[in-house]
Amino acid sequence: MKKLFLSAMLMAFAAGAAGADVMKMAVTTSFHNSGLSEILLPEIKADLDLEVQLLVVGTGQAIRLGEAGDVDAILVHSRPAEERFLAEGYGTHRTEIMYNDFVLIGPADDPAGIADAGSATAALVAISEQKIPFVSRGDDSGTHKMELSLWDGAGVGEDVRQVEWYKQAGSGMGATLNTASGLNAYVMSDRASWLKFGNKGDLELLFAGDPVLFNQYAYLPVNPEKHPHVKADLAGKLEAWLVSDRAKALIDGYRLEGEQLFTFNAGQN
Amino acid sequence: MVTQTILPLRLRDARVRKNGRVIVGPVDYELPADGFTIVIGPNGAGKTTLLRMMHGMERLASGAVEWQVAEKRARERQAFVFQIPVMMRRNVLENVAYPMQLHGSSRKQARAEAARWLELIGLAEAAERPAPVLSGGERQKLALARALIRKPEILFLDEPCASLDGRAMREIEAVLQSAHSEGTRIVMSTHDMGQARRLASDVLFVHRGRIHEDGPAARFFEHPQTPEARAFLQGDIVE
Amino acid sequence: MNDILQGLLEAGRLVVTLDPDLIEISIRSLEVTLSAVLISSLLGIPFGAWLAVKRFRHRRAAIAVLNALMGLPPVVVGLVVYLMLSRSGPFGVFGLLFTPAAMIIAQVIILTPLIASIAHQAMREMWAEYHDLLISLNTTRWQRIKALVWDGRRALLTASLAGFGRGIGEVGAIMIVGGNIDNATRVLTTAIALETGKGDFALALGLGFVLIGLAIAVNWLIHILSRTEVSGQW
Ligand SMILES: Nc1ncnc2c1ncn2[C@@H]1O[C@H](COP(=O)(O)OP(=O)(O)OP(=O)(O)O)[C@@H](O)[C@H]1O
Ligand SMILES: [Mg+2]
Repeated sequence: MKKLFLSAMLMAFAAGAAGADVMKMAVTTSFHNSGLSEILLPEIKADLDLEVQLLVVGTGQAIRLGEAGDVDAILVHSRPAEERFLAEGYGTHRTEIMYNDFVLIGPADDPAGIADAGSATAALVAISEQKIPFVSRGDDSGTHKMELSLWDGAGVGEDVRQVEWYKQAGSGMGATLNTASGLNAYVMSDRASWLKFGNKGDLELLFAGDPVLFNQYAYLPVNPEKHPHVKADLAGKLEAWLVSDRAKALIDGYRLEGEQLFTFNAGQN
Repeated sequence: MVTQTILPLRLRDARVRKNGRVIVGPVDYELPADGFTIVIGPNGAGKTTLLRMMHGMERLASGAVEWQVAEKRARERQAFVFQIPVMMRRNVLENVAYPMQLHGSSRKQARAEAARWLELIGLAEAAERPAPVLSGGERQKLALARALIRKPEILFLDEPCASLDGRAMREIEAVLQSAHSEGTRIVMSTHDMGQARRLASDVLFVHRGRIHEDGPAARFFEHPQTPEARAFLQGDIVE
Repeated sequence: MNDILQGLLEAGRLVVTLDPDLIEISIRSLEVTLSAVLISSLLGIPFGAWLAVKRFRHRRAAIAVLNALMGLPPVVVGLVVYLMLSRSGPFGVFGLLFTPAAMIIAQVIILTPLIASIAHQAMREMWAEYHDLLISLNTTRWQRIKALVWDGRRALLTASLAGFGRGIGEVGAIMIVGGNIDNATRVLTTAIALETGKGDFALALGLGFVLIGLAIAVNWLIHILSRTEVSGQW
């Protein structure tokens, strides 16, 4: 009975999906918030006659989607998780595409004085010593993992990051920025999400540029040996496009409020 | 069409219990195949319960209610007009047509037959009115038409004229008498002794959940056998 | 206060300019929720009526379970449906995850207990009223359910509309099983969540007002079509 019902629904909806090739790709919230996808997807559609459906999720979930075979490829930025994904055989390979950078945001009056800090590490130490409120993503995303590695690198362990000043939002970048704006707290964000964020309130960009804040994006097709139904050929076509000069021009040329967000670096490492 | 009559009805040691108390019974009684039986007795005596028990709507605590055919088939040949008739939330015509539609008649057939009954009973003018807006007397007429439309072999009525004026009462009595003359067995309770005398061929006097006295109407009204029946007929309080 | 005003203005702008994205996601919202309400009503209404008519041993327990299911958190429903429909789940072969069909399935699970429970409530009252007549007429169980559902159709419409109200505003489950894919599974509520996440409160609120307007319009239209308020004598 249930099967019957499901297949009836399936047929009803399969009918509507004819036309161009369609593939699904999981991407991180920060990538989608940058607005770059809105530039790239129509070009991909025009060049390859390929409709890429984006599932905008955290890195953790993006990887789960790839493992389950629910998407054909993932575009994420968390190296250790990507390597585990490959080691367990869920992906065929990893191709670096581009990087962007993270920035430290805080109240305009900068109570911890991070604007003049010599490094990201020094900035974080200043915040923790004065126990100025800091909002963390707290959602196991790539951005969250990056932030945690920065704290660890600065010698500010979990025991020091107490809830009285270190707040875990447990949500995406936008919601976390909303929280920081409401609390007038420090927060780490990718540059694009920050520039696009509409509810800045009293917050300002205070610190950026330290190379440890660079954020590498990689493209990983899902392994068809694990999931025979994935559209490996389409994933391959998309990859060839993503590393092409055409993609380079679009990525490097993308500007948000006059600032370059992404730097194309495919084939350089 | 009637291949075999379902009557007479036989009650053997039949008892109905509610909340641990026997409210009717034990009843041992055979309802004869012909006649117009009037059930009388004081409030709370058990008239309603007795009629419902005969119709098979009460769970028996003991004994049996036996028709001449299997119970399921017997039920098809009976009809019941309740003390407070159920008004289905549809119009009058469709209320009356409903029992016929249950039995495979087409909607058109059922409506034509219902219209005929409404004419007969003087409700034709209200045919398109929603049943729940009818007056008390109109409701009783509707219920009567709905009960008769399937031409039951036996018709039970529980105080069908309780809230009616004299004219409506006479109209209903006329319909009942004509149904009876066409062969419908009738069992009806009432508190109106005038009506009982006008209609009854025989009488069941119910007292404290039992059939206290029964017999032909003429004998019962002229020479009641028990002191309780005598007191009841004289309008005294029966203990 | 200013934000709310901006939201209203944004809603007005979206509607007046017939924003194509807005129209697309509004139509999808309606498609998903109306389909789910239809299926849930076809399942829930007869079940509610059956529950009113049938006496069985664990009836009370069944009603208690039904009422408890009304409180199912949509996120949990979404997660379970997600795991069922995922390629590595039991129904993965159908490839339904991240399609409108998946969203409908999740909403059917959320709405059916609600509709069944309200339907049961209404049918129980009617059954108390109709009981003697329908028993006396020797009706089958199916005939009883038919009579109750037909004569109680106005009350049952309320049950379906309550389902619609819950479905059209639901976001937790359809976000998870639909994936909020642009041009494929984005609906009003998931778009609102997205815009809120971006901090674009005016647009989010504008979409919210459009959602409310849509819900009112659908209710109003259905009441007109069924003329509940005109011929509401009973
Ligand atoms: N469900 C019930 N539980 C307990 N007692 C009941 C129940 N139904 C009926 N009774 C009692 O059984 C007795 C007989 O009731 P019944 O309705 O048969 O009387 P009646 O002769 O029809 O009275 P009336 O002339 O007032 O209509 C009454 O005392 C009534 O209170
Ligand atoms: Mg009575």
